Amino acid sequence: MRSLNAAKPKKRLSNSNLLFLIAAVIFVLMYLFAIISYPGSFLQFQTFFDLFNLNAPLIIMTLGLCIVMIVGGIDISIGQVCALVMMACAVLLESGVGSVWGALLLALGIGIAFGLLQGYLIAYLEIQPFIITLAGLFLAKGLLTTLHKDPINVTMPAFVSLVDFKIVIPWLGTENRLGFFIPCEIKPGAVVVVVLVVLLAALMKWTRFGRNVYAVGGNEQSAMMLGINVKRTKFFAYVICGLMAGIAGFVFIMQIGAANVGSAALFELKAIASNIIGGTLLNGGVGNLLGSPIGALTLLIINELIRAAGVQSNFQAIVSGLLLYVFIVLQSVVMSLRGRRKFRIDLPPWLQPPRLQGKRKAENQG
Amino acid sequence: MLSENILKMEGICKAFPGIRALHNVDFALRKGEIHALMGENGAGKSTLIKVITGVYEKDAGRIALNGRPIHFRSPKEAQNSGIGTVYQEIALCPNLTVAENMFVGRGRYAFVQWKRMNEKTTRLLSSLGIPARPTQQLSSCSLAVQQMIAIARAVDMDCRILILDEPTSSLAEDEVRKLFELMRELKSRGVGIIFITHFIEQVYEISDRITVLRNGELIGEYEASSLPQIELVSKMMGKALGDVAKMKKLEPLAPDSGVPVFEATALSSNAGVRPFNFTIQKGEVNGFTGLLGSGRSESARAIFAADKVTGGKVKMNGRRVKISTPLHAMKQGIGYLPEDRKGDGIIAELSVRDNIILALQVMKGFLRPFSQKQAEGFADQYIQSLNIKTPSTNTPVRSLSGGNQQKVILARWLLTHPEYLILDEPTRGIDVGTKVEIQKLVLKLAEDGVSVTFISSEIEEMLRTCSRLIVMKDREIVGELSGMNLTEHDVMQVIAQGGE
Amino acid sequence: MRRLKAQVSHLFLPLSVLVILIIINLIKGADYFSITVVKGALYGNIPNILFGASELVILSIGMALVTAASQGQDIGIGAGATITSAVFVLFVLNAGEVTLLTILAGFLVSCLAGLVIGVFNGILVSVFKVQPMVATLILFMGGRSIAFMIDGRLSPILANDISNQIGTVIPGVPLQTPIILTAVFIAIVAVVLKTTNLRLYVESVGINPSAARLNGIDPKKIIFLTFLIMGICTAVAGFIAVNKAGRHDSVNLLKFIMMDAILAVAIGGNSLGGGKFSITGSIIGAYTIEMLNRTLLRLIDVDPATIPAFKAVFIIILMVVASPVVMDFAAKALRWVRFRADSGTVPETGAPDAAVVSDPDTPAKKEV
Repeated sequence: MRSLNAAKPKKRLSNSNLLFLIAAVIFVLMYLFAIISYPGSFLQFQTFFDLFNLNAPLIIMTLGLCIVMIVGGIDISIGQVCALVMMACAVLLESGVGSVWGALLLALGIGIAFGLLQGYLIAYLEIQPFIITLAGLFLAKGLLTTLHKDPINVTMPAFVSLVDFKIVIPWLGTENRLGFFIPCEIKPGAVVVVVLVVLLAALMKWTRFGRNVYAVGGNEQSAMMLGINVKRTKFFAYVICGLMAGIAGFVFIMQIGAANVGSAALFELKAIASNIIGGTLLNGGVGNLLGSPIGALTLLIINELIRAAGVQSNFQAIVSGLLLYVFIVLQSVVMSLRGRRKFRIDLPPWLQPPRLQGKRKAENQG
Repeated sequence: MLSENILKMEGICKAFPGIRALHNVDFALRKGEIHALMGENGAGKSTLIKVITGVYEKDAGRIALNGRPIHFRSPKEAQNSGIGTVYQEIALCPNLTVAENMFVGRGRYAFVQWKRMNEKTTRLLSSLGIPARPTQQLSSCSLAVQQMIAIARAVDMDCRILILDEPTSSLAEDEVRKLFELMRELKSRGVGIIFITHFIEQVYEISDRITVLRNGELIGEYEASSLPQIELVSKMMGKALGDVAKMKKLEPLAPDSGVPVFEATALSSNAGVRPFNFTIQKGEVNGFTGLLGSGRSESARAIFAADKVTGGKVKMNGRRVKISTPLHAMKQGIGYLPEDRKGDGIIAELSVRDNIILALQVMKGFLRPFSQKQAEGFADQYIQSLNIKTPSTNTPVRSLSGGNQQKVILARWLLTHPEYLILDEPTRGIDVGTKVEIQKLVLKLAEDGVSVTFISSEIEEMLRTCSRLIVMKDREIVGELSGMNLTEHDVMQVIAQGGE
Repeated sequence: MRRLKAQVSHLFLPLSVLVILIIINLIKGADYFSITVVKGALYGNIPNILFGASELVILSIGMALVTAASQGQDIGIGAGATITSAVFVLFVLNAGEVTLLTILAGFLVSCLAGLVIGVFNGILVSVFKVQPMVATLILFMGGRSIAFMIDGRLSPILANDISNQIGTVIPGVPLQTPIILTAVFIAIVAVVLKTTNLRLYVESVGINPSAARLNGIDPKKIIFLTFLIMGICTAVAGFIAVNKAGRHDSVNLLKFIMMDAILAVAIGGNSLGGGKFSITGSIIGAYTIEMLNRTLLRLIDVDPATIPAFKAVFIIILMVVASPVVMDFAAKALRWVRFRADSGTVPETGAPDAAVVSDPDTPAKKEV
């Protein structure tokens, strides 16, 4: 019977994987382009490591946000939470009674606290995530300025040594202009990033929780009927996101050794953009955790390229915006060609292979 | 042999704002029995099921499972107690793979074992003859296959009670046979099955007992073997036997000849319909029929330009016209009642009144809204004439039962006074009483000079109302039948021979 | 009568918040409603709120429409208003003599700029099917830089009599000009809603675009239209803002206004997921947010930078109270109390009588 020939003859990539693949390809292309255009800087390994070293906080936040986005939500408070964590740690460390471990605990604590509060309100009280995390943003911002208005430089010796700590790779490096060999360095922040990427990617792919996140993001109603505890899944997604923001804050201050009110400005938007570039759709259910760092790096490389090209800082924002535009259009074109459509109920028996059906609907309404 | 009840419900009550969905309903299910739950839309069948499975909280009454009183607070609890449900709306996640959909939400594992999961799924799918691969994304499977996967999941969960809510609406003939085989197999294993459907023939084919609900109340519980079909229908409709028998005999009219109201030549759309020719006369009732997947709805949609028209020309009353958007079609006097009521038909949160005036309003134009009074007048007129049950004209249309929603959409198009009305599955998922009302309405419209195209999966209905049947196969027209005494057999023959 | 009741009931949220705020203010100082007359114009807490909220009200109206039709939010309105006002300033400063006509012409040119922005966003959302929040992210990121460029990388000063009057008071008129401009705008919107099918079309498209299509409405066109309207709104808001400020600061002009606008729309009872909308609710929501801003400043004598935190707490409390879960719980508790008072006994689990219909506030889990 015709309608039984539903299985497509050739293997088909899932939407998540396809978008991730596109992101990865584009990243590689961009990096190659960068290498070709500026071999002086981009061909060095250090530049590659620096992408992780200097931007570790952003990437960490992007990871947490990715999980929330896949579950179908959003968290715009992460930037300010990160900044709050930085300031709080700085205050603690400089207060004379603080220790590095204490600061770490504080960072995690603040991050988790925000995650718990927002997660509870969004998952259990069913309030819109945008509003709640907007309030979270305001709350963090307010607490930040109340805590300490002026920039703080951390001078505590234990922490300063942490800031200066780096892992040196002796056999990899470049010669600088004076002829000295400078080995590559990796800062602890980058290591944290790699560890977190591995952990979280494993979480999403191999644990029940991870698959539940995808299910809830795909169709919340169905997920509930299938016996998934939707509320608990969403709740933990936000807790993880908050935790990541906290970790990002600690890594950030560990990196620059100072905190000020304007830290992590616009990071939440960069994180959203990174996730979108990396293949996570805003409405949930589709996304790949490995895409987040890729997306973030792509965004950063593009910014670097712009900067290296001597474009004024003013223009940079415009160009970033334009590039995001290109990505978004690309993504939506790919998705509609694939026949993405809202999950319909009760369609008639004559339904043809969904690909054509979806294409029809998308084209007709497009 | 006396079988114990594995499920017993007594005095169940459930109400929603403005609607009393269930009032004092009893229901019992024996071990190893297939028990059909029947009733018109709005009778309370879906609500009863959702109460059993913990989606809704009952307001009053008692439920006992194997003699022990239970109170499910969530679908998960019901699932864990051995109640498997396959809902009418496919409750699966389209973005997950087939294998994931089989196993997500079950068990106490912390880590996913992909290989084992995929292997287990492959075995299960092949044992049930379902054409899907475990690593395939669910959204790439056809709806029918998705339905079967949902059933396979319930089967795999070793449920003692299986609830099937309208499982056959999207299945082809042979898929229905397979499903019934599966159900009999489960029955022999002692599983109790609650089977909700509108297809009366299927009920008699497979069920042991039948429970009938009407307007939220229990009408009765009967042995299938001792309840004649006509009695069943009358109990569901609440009408006397005599009326029902009378209603079955509706005579189709013969068409006029002359300039056809609508004529299409080599019309094709991007939904895959091959270029077809089509005419309809004034006051004629015709219909598209054919096997599932033959392209009936696509053809109708092409006429209304609901899908993108890719070729052909169209004439209204002999004059060449351009119809490339639904608005063009509407302005030419064509109306279209879509097949997917919930997805394409009703605008759920808008009031009954707004839903009724919508099409006419759009035809009138953006800059000329109806006054409140005018709109109310239109709405009241059709609420009355079509007997639409609604608390008020302001009620959001989603609170109405399926049948009444359908009437609202019908009212919408009748209000535009079309010359040509296309009805795609107007009686699907509708109770028997409303079905007959709609068929009578179609004939009355034809009498008044309106041309109607009637599409239905139930050939019975079409034979009763259409004077000309256009037979389709594999997305093209293979033949035409007309006359007063057509039978299903005639149609089948054309399908079998046509297109060679 | 029933219709009036229905309309008022969905304004419950913003109105009750307003009332609470008024009460809090009155507690702090009973002279809250006092009005002083300075140079023939009215000043005081209430007029100041009306004055301060002008831009927010206008943008909230646009936001309500965009949200209703495309089920998402426009977060680039601050940047958009900055661009349109930059265009306005450029025009006026280069026009030689500054007369009412030049101001008017400048305003119209800035409206044109607003339309261009509307087209840009509208195409992304309606043709390319991009989520509104994502599409407008672009303008958010790059918009202020564009405005800065238009400004010639300066912060141009707009100092002339007419601008001054627009930004504050026209001599002889008792109300501050922005209040009047806002009122005129609201009136125009009301007329448009009454004389066209905008509401019906927008709500239909927002609730079910494919059904709307099959009724002859083109969802693309409607979504596009809402963005065009939003473009006009940003132009008007930018116009008022820059005339108030007297100079064009592309970094700080209407910063964070998109947050307030989204809040105003949400507090106004509109679903952020699209569909039915209430302009009245959004307007009241906007004034409420403004009153909230000022109440916080008035009551808590701390750094204005801390205000966001208190706003946040307030909003959280508000959303918690208004959340469906809490309302459900409150309704059940109320029924329990009522029943207890009536019969003196505690009812069984669930409602005592099947004929008692669940409380109207319960969000319907309806049988479909």
